[in-house]
Amino acid sequence: MDASADSKGGAYVFKEAMIAALITLALCTPIIMFRTEADQNTSKLELIFRLTPVLVFMALAFAGRLVVLALRMRPARVKAVPSVAPPSGIRAFFTYVIGPLGLLFLFAYPVIVVWWLGPSGALKWMDSYGIQILIYVMLGWGLNIVVGLAGLLDLGYVAFYAVGAYAYTLLATGFGLSFWICLPIAGVLAALWGMILGFPVLRLRGDYLAIVTLAFGEIIRTILINWTAFSGGTAGISSIPKITFFGLVFADRENSFDEYFGMDYSPIHGKLFLYYVILGLALITNLVTLRLRRLPIGRAWEALREDEIACRSLGINTTTTKLTAFALGAFFAGLAGSFFAVRQGFVSPESFTFNESATILAIVVLGGMGSQIGVALAAVALIGGFEMLRELGWLKTFMVDYFGMTNFDPAQYRGLLFGLAMVVMMVVRPRGFVSTRSPSIFLTRRTAVSGDLVKEGHG
Amino acid sequence: MRWLSDPLLVVEHLTMRFGGLVAVNDLSFQVGRGDITALIGPNGAGKTTVFNCVTGFYKPTEGRLALARAGAVDRDAIEALTRSSARQAQSGAAELFLLERMPGHLIAHQAKVARTFQNIRLFQGMTVLENIMVAHHNLLMRASGMTVLGLLGAPHYRATEAWAVERAKYWLDKIGLLDRADDPAGELPYGAQRRLEIARAMCTDPVLLCLDEPAAGLNPRESLELNALLNTIRDEHGVSILLIEHDMSVVMQISDHVVVLDYGTKISDGTPVEVRNDPKVIAAYLGVADEEELAHVEAEIHA
Repeated sequence: MDASADSKGGAYVFKEAMIAALITLALCTPIIMFRTEADQNTSKLELIFRLTPVLVFMALAFAGRLVVLALRMRPARVKAVPSVAPPSGIRAFFTYVIGPLGLLFLFAYPVIVVWWLGPSGALKWMDSYGIQILIYVMLGWGLNIVVGLAGLLDLGYVAFYAVGAYAYTLLATGFGLSFWICLPIAGVLAALWGMILGFPVLRLRGDYLAIVTLAFGEIIRTILINWTAFSGGTAGISSIPKITFFGLVFADRENSFDEYFGMDYSPIHGKLFLYYVILGLALITNLVTLRLRRLPIGRAWEALREDEIACRSLGINTTTTKLTAFALGAFFAGLAGSFFAVRQGFVSPESFTFNESATILAIVVLGGMGSQIGVALAAVALIGGFEMLRELGWLKTFMVDYFGMTNFDPAQYRGLLFGLAMVVMMVVRPRGFVSTRSPSIFLTRRTAVSGDLVKEGHG
Repeated sequence: MRWLSDPLLVVEHLTMRFGGLVAVNDLSFQVGRGDITALIGPNGAGKTTVFNCVTGFYKPTEGRLALARAGAVDRDAIEALTRSSARQAQSGAAELFLLERMPGHLIAHQAKVARTFQNIRLFQGMTVLENIMVAHHNLLMRASGMTVLGLLGAPHYRATEAWAVERAKYWLDKIGLLDRADDPAGELPYGAQRRLEIARAMCTDPVLLCLDEPAAGLNPRESLELNALLNTIRDEHGVSILLIEHDMSVVMQISDHVVVLDYGTKISDGTPVEVRNDPKVIAAYLGVADEEELAHVEAEIHA
């Protein structure tokens, strides 16, 4: 009936819409039209007849059906399938405009915030926006190696983040090692776990690989919860030593950073330092990934994503290639985890739930698999956007003033709004923000490869 | 008769079973050094299975696959290598490999056997040039000091990469795709994709190139170009070729040696002319059922 809608006239559409409205009436009659309420004084049940909401719903159904049919009746748009995006297109825009500007902004961000809001006002913007987002940018870039380049779907990435965080925590509290010594150790330990996970799952592909990595993430978390003697269990470990600047702590006491440089103590100094540390770590991740893409190992990862069997026929050892991808991705997660622990001063298994893995994977997918700038933008949009929804005080005032919804709290709708935004995003740009792939080498011109040709990998 | 006097690959008693199904049954043949050897047979005869055994995608149930990369095959050396647990040996100038003992990627990397696939397996989302660069993986890996030196931008790595690009250009010129080097491989027309797959395989420096139906889906003009390309590969680069092909014009024109399979068994082995006149081959292709009819067909041929 719908398929032939375009051959019929307005009368048909009107009839269809009327039918929809009548169906709504039939549905609303038992559900909405009558309401029973106990009388305050006599406590007798009273039947209240409500016509207005029913009429509203009927009108909505009528209009909705009209719109749907009208959209169907439009002549179908001929969809061009541009397989080669021109180099002057969105890719170039992202690479040559957004990239450098974004980098400049990242370095200037703390200065802008402190200058604008003052040292105490800037704290929140440094911590829950700046540092928080950058941690996820780094995690996204790390996971991008595994998922975006090598095409191995990893749902347990947060496990390596946890390994890094606990590695620093235990080494610092147990042996009194400083953050800067623990940082590489945490990375190497995480990489080791990446390999340990890698070995048994090398033969698995696609869904099977995803399930095993998911299980691995849960195993790590469960061990952290139950092995109380080792990890402190659900209570976690608190009073983790803070980050130091060549041995100088950021605190209001003797021999601190502030005192050494003859400044009055301000918590913003510590935050600024943390910000630039995570910025540096994230940029190292990015730089290494960008360079590796142009090296044989990076090309082998991408080739593995495209066709594993062809890789073997060309003499590529798929086992070691997969393992290096797992290990390197885990290494960067370990660094990020270690930073997370030193920034938070407290770790517990609660920070490393599957939800985190899903968020990081969502960042990679939303950004466009394999694209560095896309992943960074997605992290800003996802994490920053989520935080931003906390700031919707004006919406609350608006709702109270105009609709009288006194108990409306926008923060409670964050998840809903967010899910909606994601769905819209995936409908509009199904391959993420940056859907084209930039070749790692070229002879005469750099043509972006359309996302339609690039495979997502199969495990 | 180079396949008898100077074989590159000696296949002996190769058997491949999948459960109860015997795909290849006690197959023995030799591939001559510098020959173009064609493996033909009706559909389901086990040709691709033989390929998968030679290139390490399957582990044969039984049999020996000995490849002498350089120098003549020494029977005693093969026996000695078989008795040891090693997968390769050096005897004089000859480098011997037992392919059935090697994993797939080492057959390509060390024994230098390259292959293409019946259904084209290019890296579709990568450019034509990138496809060929991936084929230089092991060479570039070594030059980049297992990535470490490459990460630091070592000059040796850059020089090697530049050399690889030059060789890519040579091959792209050879297959007529130089002007499309920066286009995604998935966008090329079918015939060009087949040629690119061959060029990619050649960039792994093989001694034996295994082509699984290289002429499938090509028009007559493209088939002729393919013949020329294969002859170039054999004559100018000294690479022996083992190919599966259904297109008899290709097989009869370019091959030096033809092996015919039917139901996993070898039914004929010789020069194209010999094979063409072999009644068993004719019977297999025309589908004669029993011995009596076979005799009848034979009689008809000789009449």
